[in-house]
Amino acid sequence: MTTPSITANAVEQPLDRHASLAMTEMAQRAWALLEHLSDPEIPVVSLRELGILRDVREGALGLEVVITPTYSGCPAMGQIEDDVKAALATEGLQATVVTQLAPAWTTDWMTEAAKDKLRAYGIAPPHACASAPAGSANVVQFAARSAKAEVVHCPQCGSANTTETSHFGSTACKALYRCLDCMEPFDYFKPY
Amino acid sequence: MNAPVDYLLHLADNALILGQRNAEWCGHGPILEEDIALSNNSLDLIGQARMLYQHAAEQIGNGATEDTLAYFRDVPDFRNYTLCELPHMPLMAATSKGDRDFAMTIVRNFLYSSLMVLVWDQLQNSKDTQLAAIAAKSLKEVRYHLRHSRDWLLRLGDGTDASHAKAQAALDQLLPYCQEFWTTSPQEAAALANGTGIDMATLQADWNQIVDEALQEATLKRPAAGGFVPTGKQGLHSEHLGFVLAEMQSLARQHPGATW
Repeated sequence: MTTPSITANAVEQPLDRHASLAMTEMAQRAWALLEHLSDPEIPVVSLRELGILRDVREGALGLEVVITPTYSGCPAMGQIEDDVKAALATEGLQATVVTQLAPAWTTDWMTEAAKDKLRAYGIAPPHACASAPAGSANVVQFAARSAKAEVVHCPQCGSANTTETSHFGSTACKALYRCLDCMEPFDYFKPY
Repeated sequence: MNAPVDYLLHLADNALILGQRNAEWCGHGPILEEDIALSNNSLDLIGQARMLYQHAAEQIGNGATEDTLAYFRDVPDFRNYTLCELPHMPLMAATSKGDRDFAMTIVRNFLYSSLMVLVWDQLQNSKDTQLAAIAAKSLKEVRYHLRHSRDWLLRLGDGTDASHAKAQAALDQLLPYCQEFWTTSPQEAAALANGTGIDMATLQADWNQIVDEALQEATLKRPAAGGFVPTGKQGLHSEHLGFVLAEMQSLARQHPGATW
């Protein structure tokens, strides 16, 4: 899905004895350009804060931007790849976008600053998720409804008196909740 | 180390065909929340299928892509469980008209998700590192697919007389198709042999536990196992798969390379 290529611009960078230094500078420029990119569905948090933008590095073919998908079927991934390329192109940089699956993305990577921004935007941020290690015996227990209901605080009024309307919401990553105190509906970013 | 292509296709085809089936509810869900839930579920399954097809396509080469694998193979090439291709309605000829039965959808998703939490959990240890990475992502998703379908199974089974009867009828019809889980196909044997696959027989006890506990809670009776063993994963399908493919593939075949 990606087109490995290096631009004329990139090739023109001094690639001989200063190659690694130049690449570092290029990577730094790229980081700066990508810093402000946000998730197409959640414009208040950046890709880096969400943990989607994993790395900008020097690869065999030049600049490589490593992104990781959130949900397997997240339709925003194609848009994110395009956004990355477009942002770099504004300063004549071109990069290969590498999609890396492992380690699997988790909402635990989201920064505290990002969680605050989500809350201010009206989305309750995700709780920490305890992911079970591979092959652990409790895989069977996931079936049981024993899992204790998590308390999700209303991002509007802060109340803990909320209820889940639907585990599936406007995007794959969110559930629909309702506050029983201020009566406002809101999205909850599900732990993943 | 790469998993055998046919094994990857088996996993991918399961996800794609069930994802396509569940997507039939898009715009037709019994309530808005379920419409969204089943569409979300399909999105996950089709996303999993895409990752698996991309991985398989790299090994196949010769211009193979996720799209050629999804849209330009025919019924005998598909390796999905027969369970995944059945319509959402009680037993009927493929050309018959009927109403989608939500109980069928829920029971099938429950039986399949109960299996896949175990399969993906084990495949995280596959010697095929890309498959292991896909498994780790898919496991996160199938856990809440299972929670969703299990919750509804309890509501339907332990609900009204009508919902109980429909859930029981769906279970009676679909459970025999699960016999296919426990037979070993050539691709599964090959994957097990090179350390990229798993021994399905070792999952049966855990699967039975997940299923039996839920059925008991849902006041449903597990039908006796019969002798029927479906053969979808070997490419011998029910009459229903052709109709699924006809709908799913028609656009790509009429307008090759179409984009929007």
